[in-house]
Amino acid sequence: MLLIEELQVEVGGKRILSNVNMEIPEGETHLLFGPNGSGKTSLMMTIMGFSGYTVTHGRIVFKGVDITHMPIDERARMGIGVSVQRPPTINGLKTRDLVNVCAKQSGRTIDIERLAAEVNFSSFLDRDVNHKFSGGEIKRSELLQLKAQDPDLVLLDEPESGVDLENMALIGETINSLLHRGVTYMKGKSHRATIAERSKSALIITHTGHILDYITADKGQVLYNGVLCCTRNAREILKWIGEYGYEECVRCQMEMLT
Amino acid sequence: MSNGNADIEKNPVDVDVNQYDVEAETHAYVESLDQIQAEDASRFLDVGIDTAEIGRAGTFIQKDMSVIHSHARQEGVEVMSISKALSKHAWLADYLWRYIDPGKDAFTSRAKSAPHEGYFIRTEPGAQVKDPVQSCLYIAKERFSQNVHNVVIAEEGSYLQVITGCASSAHLLSGLHVGVSEFYVKKGAKLHFTMIHEWGEKVNVRPRTHVHVEAGGEFVSNYISLKPVGSLQMNPVTHLAGEGAVARFNSVLVANKGCHMDVGSRVILSAPGTRAEIISRAIAAGGTIVARGELVGKAPGIKAHLECKGLILKEGLMHAIPELRGYVPGVEMSHEAAVGKIDRGDIEYLMARGVNEEEAISMIVRGFMNVDIEGLPPGLRQNIDKIINETQKDMM
Repeated sequence: MLLIEELQVEVGGKRILSNVNMEIPEGETHLLFGPNGSGKTSLMMTIMGFSGYTVTHGRIVFKGVDITHMPIDERARMGIGVSVQRPPTINGLKTRDLVNVCAKQSGRTIDIERLAAEVNFSSFLDRDVNHKFSGGEIKRSELLQLKAQDPDLVLLDEPESGVDLENMALIGETINSLLHRGVTYMKGKSHRATIAERSKSALIITHTGHILDYITADKGQVLYNGVLCCTRNAREILKWIGEYGYEECVRCQMEMLT
Repeated sequence: MSNGNADIEKNPVDVDVNQYDVEAETHAYVESLDQIQAEDASRFLDVGIDTAEIGRAGTFIQKDMSVIHSHARQEGVEVMSISKALSKHAWLADYLWRYIDPGKDAFTSRAKSAPHEGYFIRTEPGAQVKDPVQSCLYIAKERFSQNVHNVVIAEEGSYLQVITGCASSAHLLSGLHVGVSEFYVKKGAKLHFTMIHEWGEKVNVRPRTHVHVEAGGEFVSNYISLKPVGSLQMNPVTHLAGEGAVARFNSVLVANKGCHMDVGSRVILSAPGTRAEIISRAIAAGGTIVARGELVGKAPGIKAHLECKGLILKEGLMHAIPELRGYVPGVEMSHEAAVGKIDRGDIEYLMARGVNEEEAISMIVRGFMNVDIEGLPPGLRQNIDKIINETQKDMM
């Protein structure tokens, strides 16, 4: 689904990512760990194509197409959806209208009232996009837009930040439904048959790893100093970081280099 | 500074009233609105005037100096020309020039010396007029100076909505509109006034308005001018004279190349517990906008807010002048002014949902102009959205 090769990225003339190689196969969810300033958000913004992130080397391939220099909207229409950390307030634009636009761009017809009810967001539909939304409200608004968009590759930047415990389960459940990874047993359909149809992929940035209490992940990756230095089971990585911090990743990286 | 900029920076266009005629041929009175020429009727519709009168409590139409139609069709409201009203109501003379001094400037003097009608709209005390009254002021004659005098009276406890649409014929090369308007909102009455201007590139417009609001009264004004106009200069004064009176102003302005707009609103809060809010959204798309707002607090316990936001899409001048004056302790007044461009991050946020750049900008601009205009009669919102969509193409 997503293939990143030797990616080098600069922001304001400063190198942020020096050599990133990554592959997210169809149907897989990967978590991206890393300390503050390691380039996690920059990687996500580069995949989406936001301005200010200049690719100086390497390429990004999505569904077999080189999208390294493709405009943002074309990437979105190809099936990449993103939820950024701090989305802007768009005054005068109603959340309802934006959600409808998301669906329209993906050529889908949606029942907006039902979708909004699912993320407990009905009363916000007629408010301006992100206007005076709390951290948790922003997340629900973003997920609602993504549900309308129904992308094949979902990029989430810290979906748990700013969300209170009460809403965390809802956020987790919504991500699961977005990725078709819900653990709901469908009558007459085996587990094997259910997961066989999974085609949605995701890259999720997490700081604390709390999201793992609510969703399942196939792999974890650690980004340190602009380099992906570890690809393993997500829970295992989380435990190591919890126990020894990112210092261990540094040592590991040093060993790899020598 | 380049010549282009010098042109933008120049002072409000000085208009010499003597360059305009005060005489025009008369136009015949039209008994039934369906007899209005199709070309005129479509211009009227652009500014919210529906000749089918669907959802309207009455209609007043003036073309050049002639009132070509006026009648009320709902209980509790009168709609007629000011001359007819003056002969019907002996007391009315007392309401004219009460708060506006004819000697104020060349334009008020002209409205006094060479008046051409204008509308009179009045509710009965306590009348709740369901639908809005529509009035249209229209200039068809070349180089004509249309000098109208309007009076609106919302008697005690009544409710009235007025839509005023002002336009000129599509081919007009020059014209001057002078409108002296005096609005009276009596105790506990509500007046919602919506004005849409589509004057044309060569027309100079000089409205002079005073609004007097008594205790518990409410005045809401929505002003929309999105199409090119030569020059527009107005600064209506609202006096909240009675306890608890409220005034709200919403305006949406677009200045294309060659337009000079100097638009403000001045509210004097002189009774305890009065409240005022002025909100404006202005887009400089090649032209000049001076967006003024002045709140004057003269009694304790008043509350007033001014919000002025400007967007510069093409080279132009956007000059926001918010002013607050407090005279006594216990006044609460604030303002918020911002002038800027569309943020790249906003555009890309929408693009990340699949919309192309052009459409993203257009969604943002539409949102910018989408002030929550309250009390807008049904149908008019769609009409305004339509104008916004059309004008947008010229703005980019």
